[in-house]
Amino acid sequence: MSEALRKIPDHLWDGREELEVLVFDIAGEMFALEAVKVQEILDLLPETTVPGAKRFVGSVINFRGKVIPLADIRLAFGMQASQATIDSRIIVIELDIDGEPTLTGIRTDKVYEVTTLLKAAGEPPPSVGMQWRPDFIDCLVRRGGEFIIMPNLHRIFSVHHEHSATGSQ
Amino acid sequence: MSFPDPIAVFRTEAAELLEQVETGLLDLNHDLTDKEQVDAVFRGLHTLKGSGAMFGFEALAAFTHHCETAFDQVRKGIVPATHDLVTAVLSATDHMRALIEVPNGDHDAVSETLLAKLRAAVTAAGGGGAVAAPAAIAASAAPNTPAAPAAPATTTYKMRFSLPANSMANGTNPLGLLDELRDLGECRIKADQSSIPSLDMLMPTDLYLTWDIVLTTEQPRSAIDDVFIFVMDEMQLDLEVVDVPSAPAAAQPAPAAAPATPVATADPPAAPAVSSEHAPAAAKANPVADAKQAKSAENVRVPAERLDELMDRVGELVIAQSRLSQLAGVSGDLQLRAVSEDVERLSGELRDTMMVLRMVPVTHLFGRFRRLVHDLAIETGKSIELITEGETTEVDKSVIERLADPLVHLVRNSCDHGLESAQERVAAGKSETGRIYLTARQQAGEVIITIKDDGRGINRDRVRAKAESSGLITPNANLTDQELLQLIFQPGFSTAQQVTNLSGRGVGMDVVKRTIDALRGTINVVSHNGQGSEISLAIPLTLAIIDGLLVRVGNGRYVIPLSAVEECLELSVDEDMRSRGRSFISLRDSLVPFIRLRELFHTGTAPDPFQKVVVISTGSERVGLVVDQIIGDHQTVIKGMSKLHHDVATFSGATILGDGGVALILDVGHLVAEGQHQEAHLRAAG
Repeated sequence: MSEALRKIPDHLWDGREELEVLVFDIAGEMFALEAVKVQEILDLLPETTVPGAKRFVGSVINFRGKVIPLADIRLAFGMQASQATIDSRIIVIELDIDGEPTLTGIRTDKVYEVTTLLKAAGEPPPSVGMQWRPDFIDCLVRRGGEFIIMPNLHRIFSVHHEHSATGSQ
Repeated sequence: MSFPDPIAVFRTEAAELLEQVETGLLDLNHDLTDKEQVDAVFRGLHTLKGSGAMFGFEALAAFTHHCETAFDQVRKGIVPATHDLVTAVLSATDHMRALIEVPNGDHDAVSETLLAKLRAAVTAAGGGGAVAAPAAIAASAAPNTPAAPAAPATTTYKMRFSLPANSMANGTNPLGLLDELRDLGECRIKADQSSIPSLDMLMPTDLYLTWDIVLTTEQPRSAIDDVFIFVMDEMQLDLEVVDVPSAPAAAQPAPAAAPATPVATADPPAAPAVSSEHAPAAAKANPVADAKQAKSAENVRVPAERLDELMDRVGELVIAQSRLSQLAGVSGDLQLRAVSEDVERLSGELRDTMMVLRMVPVTHLFGRFRRLVHDLAIETGKSIELITEGETTEVDKSVIERLADPLVHLVRNSCDHGLESAQERVAAGKSETGRIYLTARQQAGEVIITIKDDGRGINRDRVRAKAESSGLITPNANLTDQELLQLIFQPGFSTAQQVTNLSGRGVGMDVVKRTIDALRGTINVVSHNGQGSEISLAIPLTLAIIDGLLVRVGNGRYVIPLSAVEECLELSVDEDMRSRGRSFISLRDSLVPFIRLRELFHTGTAPDPFQKVVVISTGSERVGLVVDQIIGDHQTVIKGMSKLHHDVATFSGATILGDGGVALILDVGHLVAEGQHQEAHLRAAG
């Protein structure tokens, strides 16, 4: 593991000491995304499978008259998809993909709350001992007795964008 | 909604002004005596200079000033308009664009060269270079008032001048106009304050004054018109000619006298001249002003993205509405149904209106080709005439934008390769001037744009030879005429013996083909040896909506563009069984390969008992698509797929169905290719 990954990336905090985030659950882990990037939280919608697409973004949904891709981060990390529950939600965020702002839905198991994370509580992802790929993670932030994962969406989506063949059926 | 950046607004406005100036110049080039165009060009340049200075484009304002001066002389008849002058100012407009684009760049050298050219053109045309303004007016006095004696006769005018209340908000300064009037001669001005309201009603930005003016001047009537030239459309000016410059006349409250009525006739030589000159001028000016006002009221500038946003909202509304009608249909509540039907009608109308909003006439697109052809004619030394037709044909805005580049290539090609030199033309018994026709017309959901020239036509032997030598076709391949002609759109293809500045590098024509394909259009080539060639582009009117055939495969619904569908038939169980493994059906007398979409999409569902085959075609290739159910035709509002799905070539987009679900739109060209690939695979295996 290179040293570069062991640092907390600056772009995330951008000189700020605290960050307002939306905390959600995927496969029993707490994740967080910067709250201002979140457009909307939706209940599950009818999905349309896109045959031939990468499994990670295997379907599209109708978000207010726009057709947007629905991503399952779980599959990006190489984990199994799980059944939808009554708590499942879709978080809609705007991502920059090849310089094009793209609305994307992210499937989550549960959405908790909007909270403030302190930069001082952050630390780089450990290189071993995690079920999540460390290079897809910006940093871990301690809160109470738990760790909250800040995923690096840019890398997750660009890797899957470049290696278009991976994960397709 | 953010407030638009004033600089951006200026740029848009300047681009329009330049286009206007350019059109004027090109028209002028056809008819050098066209006074109206001279005025139009002058006004355009003047406005550009003014607003340029206002927004801090100093270099632009200074440069434009020189062009304006040159045209001022033309306008006043000191210098006749010449082709050289028009060309000089045309190249100057290009430079103005650069000055607008990069206001702080280093433009001095270019500016100097262009101005030197301009000065040379003015001098050659007979002007004395920089002519002082008073001399110019004096010189123009004689031709403008032929009836007036040569001796400087003074005339006294009585005017009542007013502007609309909001004109100061538009930047008009009435005091400046009055100062200009004072410069013309002895002038007495009295402000009529009667319409100033009481202080509590007074709007500090509004104009309440009307001026009564008595002007005694040696200048002709046209000099007064010049003062008011930029407020002509909005002002109210009552003008009378009086001979005696008397004080009581000014003191009298001026009645709303009809213009052009000579009150006094003591100066017979001058008065009739003025009145006869005035009457037609007034008659002529009014319709022009009316038309202008009507025009400015008609047009609202809206950023395209707002239209797109609105389009999305309308799309949502249509979807919500269809949910409502579903509910209403189920409930059986008559009142609810009535409301639902109203909403359905309204949202349908709204959608239609929305579609029309995005349509713009092709005038704009064709306009730039006049300039292109003008430049190409100079560059190639050929005499070329561009004839455009059907400029009012309307096309979706996004289509227009994407058509510009391909059309430039095609027009360049026609000018460079298609048209012969003047000598060749004469030798072939044609007129010296080559003609290029650029026409647009609508034909059943498509717009056909045709570029036609009367040049030498496409040399088929050379096309074939070139295609063979570059390995595009096998030697002596059996091709139809259309197939042969279509070869010119292959990448890297060019029959030009030598590369010219314009074309011949073989880039371009394949770009044309690619762009037109992306617009879901088709290209048709017709060519007659020695008589010219004609390239027609058939493009769907809009990118936003297509007619589609909605089908079901497994649990998914898909849209097949109706334009590609040839026919639908049932795949009988027998045929289904028989065709296992070879995937061909016999359609009348020919064998058509088919693709089982269920297998291609890995639906994992059992096939319906009565599957259907939708036969689609892409030009020469036909292929059948086996679907589970044909649901019906569907007006499809096309939504693009995100970049995350750009690797999925099977689909060209998606659409939202009445129930809010998403259906994917099949990319016909790609599916046919896929089917053939699969076919080859099967053959190799079996």
